[in-house]
Amino acid sequence: MQDFSTITDAIHSFLLSFMPGWLTTTVECVLIGVGLLLVYSLLALFYIYYERKVCAAFQCRIGPNRVGPWGLLQSFADMFKILIKELIHLDHIDKFLFALAPYLVIIASMLAFAVLPWGNGLQVIDFNIGIFFLVAVSSIGVLGILLAGWSSNNKFTLIGALRSGAQMVSYELSIGLSVLTMVCLAGTMSVGGIVDEQADLWFIFKGHVPALIAFVIYMIAGTAETNRGPFDLPEAESELTAGYHTEYSGIHFGFFYLAEYLNLFIVAGVASLLFFGGWMPLHIPGWDAFNHIMDYIPSVVWFIGKAIVLSFVIIWFKWTFPRLRIDQLLSLEWKYLLPINLFNLALMVCIIIFGWHF
Amino acid sequence: MISLDIFGITNNGLLAITALLTGFALVALAMWIAKLISPRSFNPQKGEAYECGIPTRGKSMSQFRVGYYLFAILFLMFDVETVFLYPWAVRMRELGVDGLISIAVFFGVLVLGLVYAWRKGALEWK
Repeated sequence: MQDFSTITDAIHSFLLSFMPGWLTTTVECVLIGVGLLLVYSLLALFYIYYERKVCAAFQCRIGPNRVGPWGLLQSFADMFKILIKELIHLDHIDKFLFALAPYLVIIASMLAFAVLPWGNGLQVIDFNIGIFFLVAVSSIGVLGILLAGWSSNNKFTLIGALRSGAQMVSYELSIGLSVLTMVCLAGTMSVGGIVDEQADLWFIFKGHVPALIAFVIYMIAGTAETNRGPFDLPEAESELTAGYHTEYSGIHFGFFYLAEYLNLFIVAGVASLLFFGGWMPLHIPGWDAFNHIMDYIPSVVWFIGKAIVLSFVIIWFKWTFPRLRIDQLLSLEWKYLLPINLFNLALMVCIIIFGWHF
Repeated sequence: MISLDIFGITNNGLLAITALLTGFALVALAMWIAKLISPRSFNPQKGEAYECGIPTRGKSMSQFRVGYYLFAILFLMFDVETVFLYPWAVRMRELGVDGLISIAVFFGVLVLGLVYAWRKGALEWK
């Protein structure tokens, strides 16, 4: 299996050959930052195009097809259009909080983005509590949304932000418990460690029934966490104009849009990390020849491929199910998903400790 | 324990700060570019709230229904308990049956809390 750390080590020793240590570290941090920025924006542009094409396919349309071949440059055109839109100065808003909200939303998704296991030796942050860190930083995003809604001084944004807050904190419980179920199986919270544990077989196959249940619950909660799909009450356009970002214009609105698509990728990426082995190729114990062939596919392709397939499922939800009401949304979480999740956790623990295999 | 370090930097805090500053730079940079190239026109009508077309009545930064607070408090309770379960989940295999019994008591209290909230009607959206 190819290892990306050979490339980064080569760059490191090349830089160290003519620079002092502190300068090398600074240059490398800048390199990491630029890399993150590029991948972040390119993925967002790709996702906008992907969602529009998938949506068009579900509605028997063609989708974007004018700008560039197959409409591939459509999202670039959209990006430039949104950059040249006017930033409207509003009266009666809380200016500081209004400006702060997009920063919080983007920083939360950027920190979560940096924890993902991109490939063999290609992972930026690897805390020993990596997955816990990821859950923690991704919950900062809800603060940004609440601030955006509150500071806009608009009734629609306030209702949108509060709905979003209630929804995101509720579904965070389900995400936390599903992740906890998989941490029980992995025995480590480090992202690299979780990937390594799946070297022989992915957790979705290893974890018997509880892993399957946890996967289903994770996908439902992840959809709610990104404010998408049947759970898009915070921005229900028929009731609330555009929800919490009604008052934002131009690129200011663009940040919320960007973070929404990146959160879709992050949710799909974490699902692929916990259940489908992160960058780990499909390995089946005993099938050595098969495993060797699978190792030839680069690890980055595995990770991004899994994330894109899983985000297709989330987009599929969005274009298939009608929107829920807020009481249905909260009772789905608190009366169905949470008890099932607690039972599932107990089942997983019993299977591991008493060695029940069925 | 494997250590995946990029560029031989093992200080994860430094890398986390790098990611944080990258997020900050993305917003600051894009705002700066947008301010340079976006058009500007001034009109007193533009500064008003985008609601129904007629002037807004009353304050918008006002009280809202208590139901949201209730769910926030419930979330706080369950989330903190989930956080307490994480360290045990990592060491679960070493702690074995003894650890399982201790955590079962804790878990039982958590489930009782949920049952109590349910019976009290705290999970109903009224």
